[in-house]
Amino acid sequence: MAFNHKHLIDITEYSDTDLMTILETAKAFSQVNERAIKKVPTLKGKTIVNMFNEPSTRTRSSFELAEKRLSADTLNFGGSSTSTVKGESLIDTVMTLNSYKIDMIVVRDKHAGAPYIITQSSPVSVIDAGDGKHGHPTQALLDLYSIWERKGSFDGLKVGIVGDIAHSRVCGSLIPALKIMGAEVTIVAPGTLIPAAPEVLGADHVSYCLDDVLPDLDVVYMLRIQRERLEGAPFPSLREYHQLFGLTKKRERLMKPDAIICHPGPINRGVEFDSYMADHPERSVILDQVYAGICVRMAALYLLLGGADNGLAS
Amino acid sequence: MSTSSPKAVIMDEAAVSRAMTRIAHEILERNEGCDNLAIVGIVTRGDLLAQQLVDRIKEIEGVDVPLGRLDISFYRDDFQTFSPEVHATDIPFDVDGKRIVLVDDILYTGRTIRCALDAVMDLGRPARIELAVLVDRGHRELPICPDFVGKNVPSSHEENVRLYLKEVDGRTSVEIFDIAPGAHVGSAPLGGE
Amino acid sequence: MALLLKNAHVVDPSVELDGIRDVLIDGDRIAEVGENLSADGAEVIDLSGKYLVPGLVDMHVHLREPGYEHKEDIESGTRAAAHGGFTGVCSMPNTDPVTDNGVTIEYVKSVAAAKGHCRVYPSGAMTKGLKGEIISEMGDMVAHGCVAFTDDGRGVQGAGMLRRAMDYGKMFGKVFMSHCQDEDLVGEGQVNEGVASTRLGLLGWPAEGEEIQIARDIAIAKLTGAKLHIQHISTAHGIELVRAAKAEGLPVTCEATPHHMFLTEDAITGTYDTSLKVNPPLRTADDAAAVVAAVVDGTVDAIVTDHAPHADWEKSREFELAPFGMIGLETSLALVITNLVKTGKIDYARMVELMSIAPRRILGVDQVSIAAGSLADITVFDADATWTVCEDDFESAAKNSGFKGAELTGRATDVFVGGVATMRDGVVC
Repeated sequence: MAFNHKHLIDITEYSDTDLMTILETAKAFSQVNERAIKKVPTLKGKTIVNMFNEPSTRTRSSFELAEKRLSADTLNFGGSSTSTVKGESLIDTVMTLNSYKIDMIVVRDKHAGAPYIITQSSPVSVIDAGDGKHGHPTQALLDLYSIWERKGSFDGLKVGIVGDIAHSRVCGSLIPALKIMGAEVTIVAPGTLIPAAPEVLGADHVSYCLDDVLPDLDVVYMLRIQRERLEGAPFPSLREYHQLFGLTKKRERLMKPDAIICHPGPINRGVEFDSYMADHPERSVILDQVYAGICVRMAALYLLLGGADNGLAS
Repeated sequence: MSTSSPKAVIMDEAAVSRAMTRIAHEILERNEGCDNLAIVGIVTRGDLLAQQLVDRIKEIEGVDVPLGRLDISFYRDDFQTFSPEVHATDIPFDVDGKRIVLVDDILYTGRTIRCALDAVMDLGRPARIELAVLVDRGHRELPICPDFVGKNVPSSHEENVRLYLKEVDGRTSVEIFDIAPGAHVGSAPLGGE
Repeated sequence: MALLLKNAHVVDPSVELDGIRDVLIDGDRIAEVGENLSADGAEVIDLSGKYLVPGLVDMHVHLREPGYEHKEDIESGTRAAAHGGFTGVCSMPNTDPVTDNGVTIEYVKSVAAAKGHCRVYPSGAMTKGLKGEIISEMGDMVAHGCVAFTDDGRGVQGAGMLRRAMDYGKMFGKVFMSHCQDEDLVGEGQVNEGVASTRLGLLGWPAEGEEIQIARDIAIAKLTGAKLHIQHISTAHGIELVRAAKAEGLPVTCEATPHHMFLTEDAITGTYDTSLKVNPPLRTADDAAAVVAAVVDGTVDAIVTDHAPHADWEKSREFELAPFGMIGLETSLALVITNLVKTGKIDYARMVELMSIAPRRILGVDQVSIAAGSLADITVFDADATWTVCEDDFESAAKNSGFKGAELTGRATDVFVGGVATMRDGVVC
């Protein structure tokens, strides 16, 4: 079995076998995370920079924990204190980091394509921790992991993604990843939140009506709605959105008995769903997703730093 | 990966079987029975040998000794032996206070055993850890010494010693090879080459 | 000293010329065109195997001076123009200060006269500061040599504002050049809306954002009677709108760029190459094909470059942070020869119409021809020279070409402006 990837940016460069390797490896790391001593020496001596040019406490914390549990040295670099605010270009910042003699950059940036720019300015492995509205591959991996844990397979699995697909970096990675694994993807949202060319991402069906599609779905993936955006809002009110697209107790009767609910977090109670569905003991895997995040990030770090550019990927 | 035919078969199936039976007896003798005993095999193949030991002990003492399997991928001290194939570690018992016998097929530099010791220690605090190997081929790079040995096989660095087991390879034998340049050193890969 | 250009293949549809001729230049004008000419004391240049055409004009060029000399200045921009085979360019007014008054027009002209390597026909802003609020001093600008009005780079957002500007300015007889972009619809759009915007996770710049204003501007041209020229047209439906306006007999013309003809949104990949970030954005293959077809059938009047130089550090950044635009002066002729003439879509006579005659006609500047008495603005090119686009080769101060690495055929070798060589044998004078 070969794993010949240096970077994790464009998930479409990964085969179904590659993605399964990551999930299997994540499962092995899950055991480590269940132990009293949640640490292995795997990446001892490796230095990983978490370059978060846009605030994201959850993703950064998840990466940081994953790195520390692999014994890597981590450096959090970013936020309002750094270079971009002082006028330094991304490329110059990365060249500065190179001089620290690092082994990997994990990057979150509000601009699409920033991780690619880094690969062109640095010899190290790069993981995209979310770039603009483009992609968020480790989120897609943790979603795959959570679904795989519950469903065992992706073949023919019907996944519905509900919400702001058009502005979602999650969808940019998740929909292609689900397609690679053989799932069938339906996106559900008002027209203002549907991307211009959903087929490009791999979406099989587009629907404006949650009630229509809910009975067929094995997985209902609710996307976060930005509460803060008011001017130029894509729908008239959160109340109306919740009425039309919220996953509520009333709608549960439409769901398959074994259908599960995912959400990338943080959740908005009363918008994406009511508390009954958000906390549903059988259906909601939202907290499992958070846990999966640590496991798949450990797996990705392990596979990329072990497999890439070491002359051994044969 | 090219593998030449073996230079010699060091142990055949019967020899392996006799050695495992003897090691089982030695373990019981050293531990004065099987109280608090647990057997942990290192994947791949050490875990299968560990199963054989547990079976032998059951035959001898009539007791089911706890069996675990240990994957040391995350504990390697370099990526030279990197494999994306991670096998699950499965230790279905509390290691605290146990007398653990680690089982591996071929003992060579000792680095695998060092990793295994770290891995077991991260799971808890055993009372003691002992080491059983089917073949000791010498060339230790660390101060590690086996407690139970099936057979001592003098070998050179230019040679590779491998165990094949019926369960996964279709035959049981220990064979010695000349190393082809660039070839994999260590256990035979599962599922053929 | 007189100059005798021998054995060139002269193509000039304005005088129905297409054959091997000699051209004698005396002073700033052509003295004689004929076969087997000789002139005592004239410097003779043998142009066997080369084409000689009326000097090319690019009517859409950002020279960046005054204000943005770190991107390009009048000297380097006109040097690039000469290198690309142009004898004249129309400069855009989005400078700093904005070219919206006679003084700035005068500045551009005087710097061009002192340091330029081609003629510079300055355009002036339609509205003060390009803000779309107050009509600029059009009369003063025209008095100082302004040839056209445009709020290029942004476009006039208010229909009422556009109407006032056209109703007022039409008395000067100049053309109103429209950058068509509905800001409310386009917003922060980065790439063509559809496949590219979805694939790249970038905000979309929909074709309709351009087409709505093309339709509006045509309606207002009809209302006011002003001459309208649609800039850098990029969509199939936009072409249809112009075609219909022309069929109706309205004074509407339009221009197209090589990048909108020969590149598509598919060129922008996961590498987020910012040299492909242009405004309007690279469109679909169908749009590009429609623009080419319109160049062939005459709906598109002129080929321009929208030469938009930027400093390397401005382009070497995140796609969303990089400015719009690519340079084009030094690749335009070769791209047209390679992709339109050599492929048989148009002939050299049509190319001369698109790149020389029509731009002068639309701008209302003196027409030139390869005939005795005409100003000697002449472009000579080797139609079979093959070369690879390489940034070291550019005379422009900027390197942001979307065609780097392209293998092209055809290249200007000699350029004369008013009888004075601005390029000889591929070297800018």
